[in-house]
Amino acid sequence: MAAQDLSVFVSHRDGGIASMELAVDGIRCAGCMQAIEKGLGREPAILGARVNLALKRVSVEWREALLKPEAVVEKLGALGFKAYPFAPERQEEGAASEEKRLLRGLGVAGFASMNVMLLSVSVWSGNSGDIDPTTRDFFHWLSALIALPTAAYAGRPFFESALRALKARAVNMDVPITIGVVLALAMSVAETWNHGHHAYFDGVVMLLFFLLIGRYLDQLMRRRTRDLAGNLAALKAETATRVGADGSWTTVPIAAIRPDDRVVIRPGERVSVDGIVENGSSELDQSLVTGETAPFAIGLGERVHAGTLNLTGALTVRVEAAGQGTLLDEIDRLMSQAVGSRSRYVRLSDRAARLYAPVVHTLSAATFLGWLLIGGISWPEALMIAVTVLIITCPCALGLAIPAVQVVAASALFRRRIMLKEGDALERLAEADIAVFDKTGTLTLPEPDILNEEALPIERRAEIGALAAASHHPLAQALSRALGSLPAHADVREERGQGLSVMLDSEELRLGSVAFCGAEVEAAPVMAAHPSASFIAYRRGAYRTVLALGQKLRPEARETIDALRAAGLEIAILSGDRPEAVAPIAAELGIDHVQAGLLPGDKLNLLDSMAAHGRKVLMVGDGLNDAPALAGAHVSVSPVSATHLAQAAADIVFLGEGLKPVADALVIARKARGLMLENLWFAVLYNAVAVPVAMAGLATPLIAAAAMSGSSLVVTLNALRARSGVPETESRP
Amino acid sequence: MNIIVILFPLALGLGLIGLGGFFWCMRSGQYTDLEGAAWRVLQDDDQA
Repeated sequence: MAAQDLSVFVSHRDGGIASMELAVDGIRCAGCMQAIEKGLGREPAILGARVNLALKRVSVEWREALLKPEAVVEKLGALGFKAYPFAPERQEEGAASEEKRLLRGLGVAGFASMNVMLLSVSVWSGNSGDIDPTTRDFFHWLSALIALPTAAYAGRPFFESALRALKARAVNMDVPITIGVVLALAMSVAETWNHGHHAYFDGVVMLLFFLLIGRYLDQLMRRRTRDLAGNLAALKAETATRVGADGSWTTVPIAAIRPDDRVVIRPGERVSVDGIVENGSSELDQSLVTGETAPFAIGLGERVHAGTLNLTGALTVRVEAAGQGTLLDEIDRLMSQAVGSRSRYVRLSDRAARLYAPVVHTLSAATFLGWLLIGGISWPEALMIAVTVLIITCPCALGLAIPAVQVVAASALFRRRIMLKEGDALERLAEADIAVFDKTGTLTLPEPDILNEEALPIERRAEIGALAAASHHPLAQALSRALGSLPAHADVREERGQGLSVMLDSEELRLGSVAFCGAEVEAAPVMAAHPSASFIAYRRGAYRTVLALGQKLRPEARETIDALRAAGLEIAILSGDRPEAVAPIAAELGIDHVQAGLLPGDKLNLLDSMAAHGRKVLMVGDGLNDAPALAGAHVSVSPVSATHLAQAAADIVFLGEGLKPVADALVIARKARGLMLENLWFAVLYNAVAVPVAMAGLATPLIAAAAMSGSSLVVTLNALRARSGVPETESRP
Repeated sequence: MNIIVILFPLALGLGLIGLGGFFWCMRSGQYTDLEGAAWRVLQDDDQA
């Protein structure tokens, strides 16, 4: 058995303390949390373990001299949890500190707006009564004392972003915000100095408070999607078995493999590198690379390609850099070509901001000039009114409109075991008008299953299962899994490319190819009934049977396809598999638009031509060969069983076996997009009322404050509706 | 009106204590796992 080497993931601190972050599968409740923390706490070398239930992660600290990182994973395994070590990305740390900064700013702005409002309400009620001008001035100065430092502190995210935009000679939403905040503060200080009646200190801090909420939600959303993506990547971490100079085997993450390393590829494993065989011989399934399903014999000195499946013998391979013309190289090239098309998508919020900034600037400049030239008032008064326009058009509602919906919708998806990896995927998914499915592993379950249960008598299950468990051949493995992974027979002889045999009670048991078991007669009807399946025969004495192993549809596949169709989507299958294998699945699901035998580049080209015809493609796929198509589609979804490249390229990943999450995600995404648009329209409507009032010079700080908080509240409450309306169905784990 | 000389500092002081409390919560990492905290309360002998 190969030792594991996890030292890549460990970070070291002073005093010989090591720490590691692990993504843990199956933490669901408080019980799991307690079991992990207590269980690891019993180990004397472990100084601390802390579970993060929201992120499903554990961070562990231990004394480096006493424990190896692999032992931590083993300990968790002994407690019943499968843990995957995890290297927090630098990007993720940056996001965490940005989130903290926003939260601190939010706290300060919240404190300030409450206290300034306390003073402002007194002034407002005093203004309509008989407030002493000295008291009013005192209250205004006190407000200034709170508001000025608050704006300087909590406003930094906006000021910095506005400066960055201006430096790049662009205008974003933060430019009008910054101008509004600075002008409003300056005017308010001037008003206070001149013993005026109105000051906008409360408006400014409230504006910052609401905007920070929107910013924080947006950041939270990004952080959460990134964290989940990180967890999924850790869960998926593909490994290779490296052979050391001394001949020892070590399991290392694939990222740690360098050219000229030697790796062992055991039967049943998918080859993850390109290289030359140094030792051993085997047969490879190259269907992913060439579309050819017949096994291909390989021996010493020959080249293996990533993506192929090793069938029969163990191989030692010297790794080469991904060379020209290999699958990985081709996928890489296609991916870089594909990603460009998606980055052209402009988020709803950005589209709104592009309209917002010029309109607001024009309006407030027009107000200033209008009052100055036509209204005939002094310039400070005209400026005051122009600033009121800037404040009252505040993008509070605009700033909250989209992030609030996104956060609510993402948690609704999360409860249905659907992970959003990109924040804007919801918007894009809602626009999709054609759903393109891959077949193998997407419409069907990733593991082959027995198709003709009737050929398998119950009393034979155990003996066949025990025989199948003895082999690493993928078909035998699949059969063994389908029969419930029984303990393997001892003394099983494996004849490469033929099958397995064992002597039991002086009777020979054989499991293998039809010819190996001499079961041609039994095989004929099975082959006729299941033309696209693989066959495995069994013989014991005179008894012979032939099992067809093939791909079964995912649970809920039919309902999902029907639901998508009912939602107005066209359905298509693009598969790399042979047409004969795709046809029955397509017929079963009633899908006419089918193309089979496609190479990765063909899929991408077909998607591109659909996009060129104005279609918005939802791509659902799981294989290495789907990765470019997933990256190139308008929006893409992967099951959690997908290969890591496919998953990395997908916007949305769903857990569980059933296909229903795809339809659920579409419903939630459409609802969310509807709410986002409603919110944006509400913001427009609100401004249509508030702006004329402000331009007429009728708005007071009281009106501004009421309008600002009222509109933010409406938008937020509307966003909460994103969580309801879709029945919550628990998909099968 | 002299009462406001006492009341305002008092109000602001209370607010600042709240803000300080919020910062302290953040620094001690109480916002990193909002779901776990809800369950930790129910554990019998919380070591944290």
